[in-house]
Amino acid sequence: MKIVVAIKQVPDRDAPVRIDASGKWIEESGLQFAMNEPDAYALEEALRLKEAQGGEVIVLSAGPERVGTTIREALAKGADRAIHITADDLGTRDALGVAKLIAEAIKPESPDLILTGLQSEDLGLGQTGVILAELLNLPHASLILHVEATGTGLKVKRELEAGWFQEIELPTPAVLTIQSGGNKLRYATLMGIKKAKTKEFRAVSAADLGQSSAPTVTLGQIALPSKQRSTQILSGSAKEAAAALVEKLKFEARII
Amino acid sequence: MSAIFVILEENGGHISRISWEALAAGTALAEQTSLPLHAVVIGSSTEALAAEAAAKQVAAVIRIEHALLNAYTPDGWTSALHQFLTANPATYVIFPHTYQVRDYAPALAARMNQVLIGDVTGIAAGPVFTRQLLQGRLNGSYKHASDGPCFVSVQAGAFRADALAVGSASVTTFAPTIEPSQIRTKPGAPFRASAQTVDLSSAPLIVSVGRGIKEADNLPLVQDLAAALGAELAASRPICDNGWLPMERQVGSSGQTVAPKLYLAVGISGAIQHLVGMKASQCIVAINKDPDAPIFEVADYGIVGDLFEVVPALTEAIKSAK
Repeated sequence: MKIVVAIKQVPDRDAPVRIDASGKWIEESGLQFAMNEPDAYALEEALRLKEAQGGEVIVLSAGPERVGTTIREALAKGADRAIHITADDLGTRDALGVAKLIAEAIKPESPDLILTGLQSEDLGLGQTGVILAELLNLPHASLILHVEATGTGLKVKRELEAGWFQEIELPTPAVLTIQSGGNKLRYATLMGIKKAKTKEFRAVSAADLGQSSAPTVTLGQIALPSKQRSTQILSGSAKEAAAALVEKLKFEARII
Repeated sequence: MSAIFVILEENGGHISRISWEALAAGTALAEQTSLPLHAVVIGSSTEALAAEAAAKQVAAVIRIEHALLNAYTPDGWTSALHQFLTANPATYVIFPHTYQVRDYAPALAARMNQVLIGDVTGIAAGPVFTRQLLQGRLNGSYKHASDGPCFVSVQAGAFRADALAVGSASVTTFAPTIEPSQIRTKPGAPFRASAQTVDLSSAPLIVSVGRGIKEADNLPLVQDLAAALGAELAASRPICDNGWLPMERQVGSSGQTVAPKLYLAVGISGAIQHLVGMKASQCIVAINKDPDAPIFEVADYGIVGDLFEVVPALTEAIKSAK
């Protein structure tokens, strides 16, 4: 099975965020980046399918040069080769604009399966995989925890709300968006990291893919959220704060 | 004439609560734009759903009905709504932000060369749509910049369903053309993984643990705190994803929704998927090392500090207070 996994590099979740001077995005200088976690689960599912079925895993990511480190990490974990869509202006494209770039880069590969995480930890749009399916005219299923190849196609386990699940059968080629938690993530081994350096790493520029269109949705300003409740912050040492909290819960909130 | 269409969803034979909230968002937009507000129901048998919708203050209710819309499939829903919206020009199409909508609305919007503005928490004059970024650490203001329809999905709890006025709208039916071969996925019946043995929704006190606990070996810290309080132990998604606690203890959009007297969040940053599952709690306490963590937006009491120092101190303080 030939599998393409679309991954995204996002700001590390513990990195402090500061709004930049434009007020439209966060200050990226000095920021730590990491592989988007649901995409790491998509990669894991792809690697497991390859180990069970044979085939090839191609990792694909769009973004500026820094994205290369996340692609290398995927290669070190076991992806066979990589495609980097180099673009410094992804922030000016909407979800459809980015998905068009990815779709163009995937087309010549004609994969059996395209996997991606269900959403990114930065923009959180949760749309790229579903739009890709539409652009490539492929069937899709989203929020998938488990994938099984059936010979004629796929049987997948889809997460529904409030603890419910559903099985879905669909033919290949197909697009699946992967929910986190379906597998245990692997770490890159030293051998894997060494091998990654020799693997094919192809860069294609967004301009070469020829997909530029005016966005239909634009992000204007970003801002810190306003508080929904007024929080009393209890300060002091751990012991003092704990004692103050017990006082509050006992005499103010009257809960304990 | 152009209109606002609100796509309602069914749950347990009735219009779902979050669909009514989407209708409330549509009502707010109708007031702002003076456009007529229409409600849309979809399925193979929609008469009862349409009657429910027609009892609200809307200009009209449309039943999109076809035998192949018996069970939800992204192909069926996308094709039916695409045909409907091609025949009936929309200025705004509003959805509840559910797992089902997330599954097809981005494709529907793309088919019409548009992009869904998803998971919206507020609509201001303009209209400007607010949605969260970076797991709730920031808000972003989005605008639609195209002549085509503007697709919007609204987050659970963001609009007030109980403010909807009653009415008596006319109901019409739209029959899309769908061939069986167009439905490429075969959905199975929904099931639960296993019998739920923990009912967090009835627990009066909940101690909930998140990524801040760092590793499974540290869980006894929060277990001791829960025991001292007489509280149930719950967790955010990553803890259950790692298998440190069973899935049935997960609070959030994919787990249980709770509203206890006390929700004590330990090392939980408060991504939106978690907040929707617990923000209705009577009293929320957050312990987190990051003063900017979104959990503090909904907390009544907060301690900014190292949970590995604060939690044992709190356990001791509770024990001696009892």
